[in-house]
Amino acid sequence: MQSTSRQFKDNAHRALNDATLQRALGNVKTGFQEKRAQVVSELPEFEALRDAGRDIKNHVLAHLDFYLERFEENVTANGGHVHWCRTPAEARETILEICRRREAKTVTKGKSMVAEEIGLNEYLEEHGVEPIETDLGEYIIQLRHEPPSHIIAPAIHVTREQIADDFRKHHTDLDPNRRLEEPRDFTDEARAKLRERYFAADVGITGANFLIAETGSTAIVTNEGNGDMTQLLGKAHVVVASLEKIVPTLEDASTILRLLARSATGQEMSVYTSFSSGPKRDTDMDGPEEFHVVLLDNGRSAMLGTEFQDMLRCIRCAACMNHCPVYAAVGGHAYGWVYPGPMGSVLTPSLIGVEEAGHLPNASTFCGRCESVCPMRIPLPKMMRHYRQREFEKGLAPQKARAGLSVWSYFATRPGLYRLVTRLATGLLGRMGRGKGRFSSLPLAGGWTSVRDMPAPEGRTFHDLYKERAAAGGRS
Amino acid sequence: MAQSTSANPSSSSDASSSSATAPRVGLFVTCLVDMFRPSVGFAALKLLEDAGCTVVVPAEQTCCGQPAFNSGDNKDARAVAAQVIEAFEGLDYVVAPSGSCAGMIREHYPELFADDPAMAQRAQHVAKRTYELTSFLVDVLGVTTVDAAMSGTITYHDSCSGLRELEVKTQPRRLLAGVEGLTITELPGAEVCCGFGGTFCVKYPEISDKMVTNKAEEIVATGADTLLAGDLGCLLNMAGKLKRLGAETKVRHVAEVLAGMTDTPAIGDPKEER
Repeated sequence: MQSTSRQFKDNAHRALNDATLQRALGNVKTGFQEKRAQVVSELPEFEALRDAGRDIKNHVLAHLDFYLERFEENVTANGGHVHWCRTPAEARETILEICRRREAKTVTKGKSMVAEEIGLNEYLEEHGVEPIETDLGEYIIQLRHEPPSHIIAPAIHVTREQIADDFRKHHTDLDPNRRLEEPRDFTDEARAKLRERYFAADVGITGANFLIAETGSTAIVTNEGNGDMTQLLGKAHVVVASLEKIVPTLEDASTILRLLARSATGQEMSVYTSFSSGPKRDTDMDGPEEFHVVLLDNGRSAMLGTEFQDMLRCIRCAACMNHCPVYAAVGGHAYGWVYPGPMGSVLTPSLIGVEEAGHLPNASTFCGRCESVCPMRIPLPKMMRHYRQREFEKGLAPQKARAGLSVWSYFATRPGLYRLVTRLATGLLGRMGRGKGRFSSLPLAGGWTSVRDMPAPEGRTFHDLYKERAAAGGRS
Repeated sequence: MAQSTSANPSSSSDASSSSATAPRVGLFVTCLVDMFRPSVGFAALKLLEDAGCTVVVPAEQTCCGQPAFNSGDNKDARAVAAQVIEAFEGLDYVVAPSGSCAGMIREHYPELFADDPAMAQRAQHVAKRTYELTSFLVDVLGVTTVDAAMSGTITYHDSCSGLRELEVKTQPRRLLAGVEGLTITELPGAEVCCGFGGTFCVKYPEISDKMVTNKAEEIVATGADTLLAGDLGCLLNMAGKLKRLGAETKVRHVAEVLAGMTDTPAIGDPKEER
């Protein structure tokens, strides 16, 4: 996927002035948060589970080679294939090759952020294979030719009215005057449309929430059952997953599953949790004839052993973006690449470079709410700060900011001089602002006063007043 | 370099109001309080002295270093942090009327010096003794009530660093409950960031504006006549937006109310006519 992260400010400006988007974001802001809070409060061991989840992933990341090889052995033993892909291009070509061998005209797809990361849909289309998204949200944005704006609710930026328009525009065989108002109307219509496509599909492509080393299984969670249909009805099932999805055992997957839906949608469990362990066996009633796991690295192994390794614990629950005030203000598209919100602000520079995505780790107040809800206890603000350090060291931080910091630091490390300067500035501003108590514009403070007033200082510095008080002998 | 190792020094103090066992507290004024609102510093001073502390205000303090630290400039952040450590390490406690600055010292100073064991140890020593004002009063000194009165209804914003780095949540409310004549009405979304974020608010003014506008609307909707919080950065941001929107809500630092020092104009209000 082509990044527009460099234009984050322009993207954000557009998003903030898009009334429809703002309405869509406003509708959902509290939904996820309240549901999560409720379901977490009902599980006394939730905090202990977070520790357990973090520990499982830390263990895996310390022994990643071992578990990935074990996974491959077991997939192979089950009759499947693992394809190791270093780059998005390798992953795309591998998948296209499988499709070509099956002479596939259409493929059904379960929701996969890794498929977005490698630009799979566009690539397949260019090569004569039609991809059909089967997750309702993904289906909607596919009709709209948009990327997802959220990792678990890809069409969160779209209003009901817009969906109704899109359905009427694309489903031209249906009664133009049909009712399209409630979520039920949309799901029923999409379901009927998609049903035909499942049976026609030659290949089913899904992502994975887990790769399980001990059994060679992959697992996905969905609420619509579309994952099961995708992986069972196609003649070949292709799983596209990034390598950090690996866990050692089914038990470990169960532990993390208890965190996943609670953190994501505020459900105890997703409606469907589906495991795939190879192609159809002779004794199976049905299932795919082929089973492939396309294992993508795309820069992740380079994060191992760095200050960004902890990011590889991420289970893509979206709790961070659901609780992020910046995400709530600008939505997911502003971030300019596949992964938005706080997790994206760390992962995106890791995968496509801090030169390209430098805005993202800066566009945070470090309010820390993301870290406080992250089920894997990923220190997201700390890692964003590490990126700011890298930018600063590489000289990528804006020149004005660097110059400002040098001046500030010069005075801040010379208390005597600092007192003098603050005394003068405070006195001046205090006198200027005396009448009104605030400034509606101030030279050099346009970033502040463009959107809010600047309260005026009281007029004397604390240190000056304190010195006077001490000289006068004690308490005021 | 002198290192204080005792949390409860028996050394006598020269401050007239203290007894021999009074804890020696270094007031970290914070740069914003120093420049914008010294009243908050004097309110903190009064609260600490009333609680029996001997308060010292080291002259060699300027800022905690967050502007540099949060901009990725660790070299300058370390220089400022070293100055704070040197100025405060001989005292029993460091107290700041700010969760953000206290959080910086407590949570981030040790990591700033991770590559310098000697400094890391000194940073750790100071970090362990550093508290946000209301949390120090309640959690360390066991203060349960204050001698203050203010009639009206307040609402409270939980500033992010204090809340999430230092778990400051119940302490200010507990103390406010003892202020005579005061009613507290909770702010929905009290734990959501106001959009200040240090340099964030000037680097990304449009996003900051959206956040602080939401916040201001929620504040006005509570019907409270005064907004309180424990961090002046957030307060300047929220007061600035409330003023820009023409709201009547007064804005003050929680310490002013707890110390009974509310005769000064509220944040962003004109000085009274003489």
